[in-house]
Amino acid sequence: MNSSCKDKTSVLKEDLLIISQREIAPRIFEMKLSGEMVLDMAPGQFLHLRVPDPSKLLRRPISICQIDKVNKVATIVYRVERAGTTILSQLKAGDRVDTMGPQGNSFDLSVISAGQTALLIGGGIGVPPLVETAKQLAAKGIKVVSVLGFATKDAVILEEELSAYGKVYVTTDDGSYGIKGYVSTVVDDLVEKQSFDAIYSCGAPGMLKYVDKKFENHPHAYLSMESRMACGMGACYACVVHLRNAKEAANKRVCEDGPVFETGQIIL
Amino acid sequence: MSENRLAVKLPGLDLKNPIIPASGCFGFGQEYAKYYDLDKLGSIMIKATTKDARFGNPTPRVAETPSGMLNAIGLQNPGVDVVLSEKLPWLAEHFPALPIIANVAGFSNDEYAYVSKKISKAPNVKAIELNISCPNVDHGNHGLLIGQVPELAYAAVKASVENSDVPVYVKLTPSVADITTVAKAVEEAGATGFTMINTLVGMRFDLKTRKPIIANGTGGMSGPAVFPVALKLIRQVAQSSDLPIIGMGGVDSAEAAIEMMIAGASAIGVGTANFSDPYACPNIIERLPEVMDQYGITDLETLRREVRQ
Repeated sequence: MNSSCKDKTSVLKEDLLIISQREIAPRIFEMKLSGEMVLDMAPGQFLHLRVPDPSKLLRRPISICQIDKVNKVATIVYRVERAGTTILSQLKAGDRVDTMGPQGNSFDLSVISAGQTALLIGGGIGVPPLVETAKQLAAKGIKVVSVLGFATKDAVILEEELSAYGKVYVTTDDGSYGIKGYVSTVVDDLVEKQSFDAIYSCGAPGMLKYVDKKFENHPHAYLSMESRMACGMGACYACVVHLRNAKEAANKRVCEDGPVFETGQIIL
Repeated sequence: MSENRLAVKLPGLDLKNPIIPASGCFGFGQEYAKYYDLDKLGSIMIKATTKDARFGNPTPRVAETPSGMLNAIGLQNPGVDVVLSEKLPWLAEHFPALPIIANVAGFSNDEYAYVSKKISKAPNVKAIELNISCPNVDHGNHGLLIGQVPELAYAAVKASVENSDVPVYVKLTPSVADITTVAKAVEEAGATGFTMINTLVGMRFDLKTRKPIIANGTGGMSGPAVFPVALKLIRQVAQSSDLPIIGMGGVDSAEAAIEMMIAGASAIGVGTANFSDPYACPNIIERLPEVMDQYGITDLETLRREVRQ
């Protein structure tokens, strides 16, 4: 085989060791995983986890929340939906989980430098990848402002973790915690008062649509998408998105070309 | 070749082993080449190719089912010209000895003829898999697939066979009243063999929205859940026709591959298993000799011939 096919020498699939697992909010779990794969991880990428049940054929794509390369430990935070994620949530420290990863591209942190300010916008179970993003931005000397939106008080996660790296605004749809409203309530107000040098966002389609429109012409604004996937590595075309200002058949794959896209590029 | 216990010989296809990633589950090979040397495979059935580029269906396009999955990709592909100028040359450059089976799809007999003619001229395309049974696109036949109507199947296969420079294997749908009737029409039209089964058709619903999970509504069902259905239909066609069969439908192990060969298949397509484990195909190939030893199978070519006698 030609050597160019083998240029990626990284671990592509590994049985990661579960270090710990705990429920951090109703139906939302934090799992810490250890393995060589952690050395290749970047904020915004995801892991493709096999559910340890032979009747569950499709892996679950879950974003990476924190990366500790020194100890080779990665943290994921995910919500239990139905049977597959229920099984994942019952795994214990010492169990192993068959993992492909890290998959996809990552948030481009090179576009912003020390002394500048980044705005992080997250919604619900889209908040986790922003934690590692904030950590790495803060380490570069960048000022971080986070706006997090949740449905209700019970669903609020990772506020404390993100507070370690800068100011955090929390909104809830029902006003049971923080500011009543959506992330747009806060973001519209913030951008009136100051400019941000880069925007990093992850959340539900409605929130991403708002961010995409609001920062359509911003040179460094990024969206991280979620999608139902099968292969998770670019071969099956299950998770494609249409491109703006392109031919009808033009497309990008969320798993391989994303999950991070610049604003103004894709049709949401 | 005679030294190789795994080799199987089909018209147009001298395969070093019978394991072939099934069309639609493996793209054009490039992504899986990051995981392993594609020269380990018997062949590759590349993604369905049409005359023009297609985006396919809206998303979501996949959903899980018990021991199975649904997909409704909708024949997304870059069009035959890009496949000929980029995808097939990439495979030929990196894996010059690897025979490729090109899956050809279309919406008219003219399109089947056009794509078959063009793609069969690629040096590494050794056979065509004629897709007359994709359940996820509308062929304008009142909802019926070409592969569900013997007369339509006959005409599409004839159009392809008359224009192809390589043998044409025709992909049969399980969603018919009598598969032997369609198989007979396909054989009479000049097909070299069959590939079967294409997906069954199913639905899943979202409990929150109360709508189908798949945007297309229905999707093609695959995975181990359909394995026994595939075995039954392969056996039925094997008993009604002498043409070779490339079997597929839920194979996820060396044991399942051998079982499908016993049903009447001469080679095996592996689809959904690639999603659960990107190394599924090389793992099956590696385990085949062990399973053959266990069940007293000296070589697969002999097994294949014995089963079809």
